[in-house]
Amino acid sequence: MKFSYYPGCTLKNKAKDLDEYARKSALALGVELEEIENWQCCGGVFTTAKDEIATKLSSVRALKQAQDKGYDLVTVCSACHNVIKQTNFAMQDEEFASKVNNYNGEVYDGSTKVYHYLELLRDVIGFDKVKEKVVNPLKGKKIAPYYGCLLLRPNGVMKMDDPENPKIMEDFIRAIGADPVYYANRNECCGGYVALEDAEQAKQSSNRVSNNAVNCGAEVIVTACPLCKYNLVKNGSKIPVIYFTELLAEALGVKEN
Amino acid sequence: MDNNLLKEELIRISGAKPVKCMSCGKCSATCPAYEQMEYHPHQFVNMIANGDIEPLLNSKSIYKCLTCFACVDRCPRGVEPAKLVEAVRLVSVRKQGNNHLTANDIPQLLDEEIPQQALVSAFRKYTK
Ligand code: SF4
Ligand code: SF4
Repeated sequence: MKFSYYPGCTLKNKAKDLDEYARKSALALGVELEEIENWQCCGGVFTTAKDEIATKLSSVRALKQAQDKGYDLVTVCSACHNVIKQTNFAMQDEEFASKVNNYNGEVYDGSTKVYHYLELLRDVIGFDKVKEKVVNPLKGKKIAPYYGCLLLRPNGVMKMDDPENPKIMEDFIRAIGADPVYYANRNECCGGYVALEDAEQAKQSSNRVSNNAVNCGAEVIVTACPLCKYNLVKNGSKIPVIYFTELLAEALGVKEN
Repeated sequence: MDNNLLKEELIRISGAKPVKCMSCGKCSATCPAYEQMEYHPHQFVNMIANGDIEPLLNSKSIYKCLTCFACVDRCPRGVEPAKLVEAVRLVSVRKQGNNHLTANDIPQLLDEEIPQQALVSAFRKYTK
């Protein structure tokens, strides 16, 4: 099984382990990830404005390259996934697509299939198969899945799961042998980019999430987003925050390879 | 700009539908930036519908929105308030010399761990 793969800027820098463990685990699960050539940064957040074209070009180029190669596109970072998926949806509108295509000088129609890595595990490989490959089940570990906003919303476009009662991360946690912890704020915002200019606002949002997870008995919080991780840790989460790919690599026994 | 023209402009940029709002307040109730905002999401919707837009353009509230889409998904009427907040912010930052963040501001805002994602996101939201 081969897929095009879009890592994104942060996975090449501050979140190298999110990327590294994603690749190692994919290999162990029999999936080949071929990195998009010369990919450009997605921009971190989607611009909803209908008259913005330039901010969507980098995503369109990645989507188009995957289509030309004949592969579906896999993302890992929540932000990249959100931006690329929303851009793909915008490109399904003919009028908007024609403007972008004029600019880019090539035709793209929004038809590349985009999988977040979690969806790859659920929909392509299957959590039951993941479970079979687990050599080091994380038995008894109480893990709080942290969705944040970007994986789930806007639901009409992302279509990953029920946005108010998701279970893909809980099912993932069960597949690697651990116990998911349910808590109310798992799909609320960490404060995002506002951390840069208003640390207090980000602290308030982050603490609402991490304190809720701790109070519900979690030992660790798991995320797919470098900015969620940063905000939670920076603002004093009482339990560790780690990437889901790291847990996966550990369970599959490929973490130290 | 004339208030009606400005209203049309915001509706065109956002593709949102303030006229469908039934003033239930659910968007503001769910907004994680509620406390930091001078005008709350339902007020953006309401004020734009009434052409009362200048106060929004001049308010720091436009930089407090986290683009979390909670108001979009939880609005029972499909109004999409976040897209209106974004449109107001764009009308503001697209003005010459009106960038909310510049490259010179960055060094003192950095720490060792901050992910690149935060920087590119802030630039995308706060500047043109
Ligand atoms: S998108 Fe902005 S306005 Fe809407 S709920 Fe989130 S922070 Fe509030
Ligand atoms: S949730 Fe929707 S209908 Fe209710 S006040 Fe907000 S925009 Fe209006």
